[in-house]
Amino acid sequence: MSANTAVAEKYRNNFLKEIEEQVEMGDWVKMCMQCGVCSGSCPTNFQSAWEHPPQELFMMILAGKREEVLTSSSMWNCTSCYNCIVRCPRKLPITHIMHGIAEYAHRLGMAPKMQPTRFFSGLFWKNCTHTGRVNELKLSLGLYFKDGFVQGVKNGMAMQAVAIGLLKARRLNPFELFGGHKCKDQTGIQAMLKKAYEIERSRKTAKMAG
Amino acid sequence: MTEHVATNETILVVGGGISGMTAALEAAETGKNVVLVEKNPALGGRTSQLYRYFPKLCHPTCGLEINLRRLKGNPRVRLLTLAEVTGIEGSTGNYTATIKVRPRYVNENCTACGDCERAVEMKVDDPFNYNLSQHKAAYLPNAMAYPQRYVLDPAIIGTADAEKAKAACKYGAIDLDMQEETIQVKAGAVIWATGWQPYDAAKIQPYGYGRFKNVITSVEFERLAALQGPTGGKILRPSDGKEAKNIAFIQCAGSRDENHLRHCSRICCMASLKQTHYVREKYPEDGKSTIYYIDIRAIDRFEDFYQKVQADPSVNFIKSKVAKITEDEHGNPVCHGVDTEGYKRYTTPHDLVVLAVGMEPSVKGINIPGHIVADSSGFIEADPANGAVFGAGCASNALDVNRAVQSATAAALRAIQVVNKVAKAEA
Repeated sequence: MSANTAVAEKYRNNFLKEIEEQVEMGDWVKMCMQCGVCSGSCPTNFQSAWEHPPQELFMMILAGKREEVLTSSSMWNCTSCYNCIVRCPRKLPITHIMHGIAEYAHRLGMAPKMQPTRFFSGLFWKNCTHTGRVNELKLSLGLYFKDGFVQGVKNGMAMQAVAIGLLKARRLNPFELFGGHKCKDQTGIQAMLKKAYEIERSRKTAKMAG
Repeated sequence: MTEHVATNETILVVGGGISGMTAALEAAETGKNVVLVEKNPALGGRTSQLYRYFPKLCHPTCGLEINLRRLKGNPRVRLLTLAEVTGIEGSTGNYTATIKVRPRYVNENCTACGDCERAVEMKVDDPFNYNLSQHKAAYLPNAMAYPQRYVLDPAIIGTADAEKAKAACKYGAIDLDMQEETIQVKAGAVIWATGWQPYDAAKIQPYGYGRFKNVITSVEFERLAALQGPTGGKILRPSDGKEAKNIAFIQCAGSRDENHLRHCSRICCMASLKQTHYVREKYPEDGKSTIYYIDIRAIDRFEDFYQKVQADPSVNFIKSKVAKITEDEHGNPVCHGVDTEGYKRYTTPHDLVVLAVGMEPSVKGINIPGHIVADSSGFIEADPANGAVFGAGCASNALDVNRAVQSATAAALRAIQVVNKVAKAEA
């Protein structure tokens, strides 16, 4: 049992408390009055993309449906348009809560592994922390080949026209594939990141111990 | 009008709606002298603009008539219409109010015969019908207006129409030289009964009030149903005059919303439930009402009223706060949202959308001198720091007619206690 799941164990049968303490902005969840304006305002048309719209997720949290909420892909589909925050009559920071739940599910290792948003977030972080600069060519190729080599080639073929257009407009440099541009002070960047990791780790440990 | 003798034993009542009239009459009937100040040319306030009121669905003309009879028979109430309090100075038992009285241009000789109205041509918006229609610039404020006396709109002064009105009057009642006056009135206690105003629906941007003609407010819907309203009691939609048979009522339009009004306005659920009766009354065959709600708050003892409406097959309840309204090519407003019972998205066109707008206290934003303590929504609180300035009716809370009358009676009692003390001290 990892340290994370060991701590999560103390919240058995009290999922709302767990969300309040562990999820960023999670203490807002109980303020939801189930009016449905967030779901109605969501531009992602959740019925095809989302399993559970925000106010249903909040109700599920109150109902203690831990497994269903944390393994759900719903909160990963939030595009951060902030329509729900603007319209929420109780001023719940819904966008932030969605990201908070997603991050917590990720921390517990319960988030769906191949969910595109989650996959891309990991890819992006690795990519940009490697040299201190985003290598767009490697990033998009990494996303194309997410579901295996064959699918990757298919994706590449489908995007061919866009790639050629970008090449012509000099917005895509094929030599980026070999190393690519980077920050001048490589050691500085890595030291900075190391420090940030340290701070975050100690914060989360404190929270988990909390 | 200015020669009223008011003393420290007088009670000043600001606002001549149902609350102000009640407070004034209750105080006067115990023998106190009362000055009643009304901003409009006639008494009755927003209650007189309703078609019917809940729960018995009688017409407000009935309740008003009783109060008007009490008023006509009581010499202790001095009424000032077209008058506004612009400042109050002093303390408990010794207030001086400054009152601005606008000219009516019609004196006490008026018999309400209507000759001036027929003589003039100019038309102005009719605020009694929430500007949904126009009336002549020489007008009787409404059929039941008290005082039953005509008014000239200030816009007509200096035009040929004004001279026509003056010439048409057989009783010498029109005085075009009337000027605005400012008077001072002494009082021992003040009852602030300035009522409420409908929340400005245009501020609820996703609902499109002001952009879409067929999105109206609940107070405007009252006028559409009223026989003396702009449509003669027919529910016709504003864009094309078509019969509106499929009507959506949207609850909490402004209320219970941190972005608009923080408080629950209390009356809107009952008002919409009541208004479904209008739809059935006008279109018994094929009228259809849909109520979009967060939760129905049938206040007080009105749960049975709610249950009766629920049992009505022509009324449909959808548990959802509508996210936004658009308009289709036929001018129909379309409601978009998610039904939280089953989490299903809907996109539903209606003939007409009625926003059950919230109550905003009229005192909000008005500078009442003397450090008035109000709550976070602007309603006057019962607080000792307010001295002998008492809130009554909707100036003190979001109330229905019944509770406003109770609140006004309570305020009258408090004011009477103050002037009794003054009388004892002076004796």
